[in-house]
Formats: sequence, C-alpha cells, structure tokens
Amino acid sequence: MRERHGKSRTKGQWRGAEIIGYWALRSSLIIALLILFLILYDIVSKGIGVINWEFITASPRSGMTEGGIYPAIIGTLYVTLITIAFAVPLGVAAAIYLNEYAVQGRFTRLVRMALRNLAGVPSIVFGLFGMAVFVKFFGFGPSLIAAGFTLGLLTLPVTVTASEEALATVPRAYREGAFALGATRWQVVRSVVLPRALPGILTGTILGLARAAGETAPILATGAAFFLPYLPSSLRSRFMALPYHLFIMSTQHHAISQVRPIAYGTALILVALVCMLNLVAVSLRRRYRRRVARGL
Amino acid sequence: MALSDKMAQVTSRNAELAQGSIEGQAHTAVASYAVNVEHLNFFYGSKQALFDISVDFEETGVAALIGPSGCGKTTFLRVLNRMNDLVSNTRLEGRILVHGEDIYDSFTDVVELRKRVGMVFQQPNPFPKSIYENVAYGPRIHGLKNRRQLDEIVERSLKGGALWEEVKDRLHEPALSLSGGQQQRLCIARVLAVQPRILLMDEPTSAIDPIATQRIEDLIRELCVDYTIIIVTHNMQQAARISDHTGFFFQGRMIEWGETAQIFTNPRDQRTEDYVTGRFG
Repeated sequence: MRERHGKSRTKGQWRGAEIIGYWALRSSLIIALLILFLILYDIVSKGIGVINWEFITASPRSGMTEGGIYPAIIGTLYVTLITIAFAVPLGVAAAIYLNEYAVQGRFTRLVRMALRNLAGVPSIVFGLFGMAVFVKFFGFGPSLIAAGFTLGLLTLPVTVTASEEALATVPRAYREGAFALGATRWQVVRSVVLPRALPGILTGTILGLARAAGETAPILATGAAFFLPYLPSSLRSRFMALPYHLFIMSTQHHAISQVRPIAYGTALILVALVCMLNLVAVSLRRRYRRRVARGL
Repeated sequence: MALSDKMAQVTSRNAELAQGSIEGQAHTAVASYAVNVEHLNFFYGSKQALFDISVDFEETGVAALIGPSGCGKTTFLRVLNRMNDLVSNTRLEGRILVHGEDIYDSFTDVVELRKRVGMVFQQPNPFPKSIYENVAYGPRIHGLKNRRQLDEIVERSLKGGALWEEVKDRLHEPALSLSGGQQQRLCIARVLAVQPRILLMDEPTSAIDPIATQRIEDLIRELCVDYTIIIVTHNMQQAARISDHTGFFFQGRMIEWGETAQIFTNPRDQRTEDYVTGRFG
C-alpha cells in the first residue's frame, strides 16, 4: 500500500484522471496536517512564554490573573487515576467475558453494537448522567469520585472494545494447545491469553484515558470547581481540572484578554499531558512488537 | 524392568498381530481396548458430520485415520478428547468409552480426560514462552510447584519427545526460535509432560519438511509402545509406514477399518481401493 507508484512508472503512463485523483488524495493529507500543525503552533508559540517552574507548581493568585495552575494539574491527575481505577478493571473483565466466556451469538452481537454506539454518545450526555447518578442518586455530591466515575463510564466502551480486540488477536492455536493439556478456561485466559493481549489492552486503554483526561463536559456538572485555593483532600472533595480551567480562562473570566497567556499556557500543558500518555501507549506497543518478534 | 516390560508388550503385540493376520480378522478378542466408539453420530448445528461410527482402538500401537479433506477425520479425533466442546452448537449421539469410562457422561471431568488424552495439532503451536516453560506448562496448571520435580519432568518429557539433546543447553530460550520440526517435537514433549495414555495427532507433519517428518515418524513408532496413538493423516504413505491399523473415512462415515497391510493391499470396499490407489482424494 505504501509503495509509491510514481517511482516505477513514467509520467506518460499516468492517465489524466489518475493524476487528479492522486493529487486530490495527497493534498487532503497535506491540508489535514497543516491544520493540525497550525493549531499546535498557535498553542505552543503563545503558551510557551508563561511556562516556568512557578506556573506548574503554584496556585492561581489575584483573582486568577497571576500565579500558576498547580491545583488544576493535580486535579486532572487525581481524576484520571480514579477513572483508571474504575474503568480499567471493569472494562478488561467485561472484555474477557465477552470474548472468552460468552456464547457468541445474537446477544454478543447486540452488546458489541451497543458498545460501539455508546462510544459515540456526546460527552455532555455522560456528564449529565453522571450528575444524576453519582452526584445525586448515590449522594457523592460534586466530587473527585463522581467526576472520575463519570469519565470512567465515558471511557468504558473504548476500554472494552480495545481490550476485546486485543484478546481476539491472540491466536486460537494457543488456546487450543492449553485446553488440550487440560487447562480450565480461566487458566487458559490467565496464563496464555492475557499475557499475550496485555500490551494491546494497555495501549487501547491509555488512548481512551488520554481522551478522557481532556474532556470538559463530563466533569462540568460532577465536581470540577471554578477556583479552589487548596488541593482536593479526599475522594469527596471538589477539584480544579485542566480542561475546565482552560474553558474558564478563555470564556468565563472577568478579564479575559489579560489572562489569555495563562489560558494558552494551560492549553499547552494539557496538550503535553495528553501527548505524553499517547507516547507511553506508542512505546508500549513498540516494546510489545519486539517481544513478539523474539517470541516471549 | 521397564525395558523388559516393553519388550514383552511388543512381542505379545506382534504375536497378536500375527495371529490376527492368520485368522484374517481386523482385531482379536485378546486385545484390551483404550477407546471404544459405539454408533457415534456428530452434528454441527443441523449438519451431520459423522455417521454411525463404531470402532475400537487397542491399548498400544498406531491407528491412522485417512480420507479426503472434509471427510470428518479431524472432527472424529476432536470428539475423543472433547475438544469439540469448544465449538458451540454441536451435538453427539452414541457412546465413547475411554479406558472403559463414558466420556460424554455428565459426570466426566473434562480436565481429567484431556490430561489422559493428549493432542498434537497440525500447526506446531508452542506457547510464546521459553522451551522450559512450554513443557512445564501442563504440570504447572495441574498444581505442581516443586522446581526439582518440574526440572525432572521437563527433562524426561523432552527426552521422550526426542528433543532433549538439541535443546538441553538453551531451555530458557523462546520456543518460537526452534525450527518447525523441533517445535512440533516440543509440542509432543509438552503433551507427554502431563503423562497421558492416549495421544491424538492431527496431521502432525503436514506443516513440516520431509527430514523433520521422518524424525517425528520415528518418534511415533517409539512412543506407540507405551501410548495409544491415533493419528489423522493426509499422507497415505505415512499411514502405511507407521500405523498398525488404518481407518478410511469418507463423507463422515468410516468406510473401512482394519490392519494397515490389509487396507492398503487388499481393501474390501471399492471406495477404499479407489482412494488408496490414488484414484481420488
């Protein structure tokens, strides 16, 4: 797919329509990359100026016109940890059931279809659902735990789908080999399937989490705070978070033009955080590929 | 002691075989059977794959199952250790006794059955673990933790699989670094490690080069003194070379069953004759 036909043929052999098609495809890619690059350039060039040690280690001061965004960074980290604790075990376990235990048929097809649709539900819907269920019904109030669970629900479909795909790539021959030695289903999963699927599960899960970490709508109504002078002290505390802070600094602040650099700095930190998570996923995948090549 | 036992076994088996051929019978009543199949019908959903199969396999020796693709021989093999349980929507009629026990009885412990009835697959399928871990896998899942005992089993099994000399200095290297033929012998060793009494082999040499195939055929002949071996093969010469009895499958039925020499030189059924003489298949 990736070989370039242009090299092997002379221009004369190209038909007109093919040339137009080729450049239409090629320029689409260039345009997409250009837009991405512009966004990144805008954020980096305007945000890099405010970033220093104080910016990432101090609380906002003077009505959030000065100081740093430390509580928002920590808040996002905490809420992401809770998301992990909620979504990963549940999602992986559900995927194991769906792929290894459930009798494949109409029911499993229906579940998979529902999961795919759930992954496409707008995040504000998850936010309001989280408010109704975790904040009100379970009485957590607006808090880290309510927001973390809500983000967990949001990533669950992605986690289940990614995990199931990873499980499905484990060759059937490994399972049969283990079954034929008298392994129980759980032993097969535990000792043959999971070790093989784990890197894929992690990669997919991290990508899902990276998206959740940047979400604003689900935490808006479930625990994110406009401004807090202190860090969250328990699961029931409210918290500041990077995406929400960014939203405030760019639309809700009383001196928007004055805090613009802080907004850009916040955006840069958020993008950097998400990129870091993605890098972890990529490096995990590379290590896994090498391990597969070595056969261990 | 063990050796003289084996010798005695071989001699008595040869005597049986000789007697059988003199009397012109497929098998004599003296032999004790490892597997008895009685009127087996097998279905995938509504599609019947096996039709009224009855056959008995002796305690030792090699039984080969031959027949064209899709004739049901692999399905039949997988019925014997209940690997077909893993396929949903299958149904079985008739009775299968392994060492006298009905293995489709509701009280059957499938794990116990599969320990007793080992299986080697068409494609060598070592786990993506080390050579050692592959062989130790079976004993480990059945609860053995003692390192010394595991070491012993691994060595004994690899010797049994005729692989020990080649791998004894690199037990902890990936099993997938072995050649295809070595991988298949590793899979045999892995099965031997759980001490089965019956070995089912599903075209074990079809993915392997001729020299490696010869080694595995030699190994099968060595193992059949101690184990019941039932082998599915596409290769008629292989069946002729290594088996004592041969069953010819066609369209889900066992058309003919008898001593290998008889099947290949003097088949009773026209279809068997057509197949073994290469007229179809």
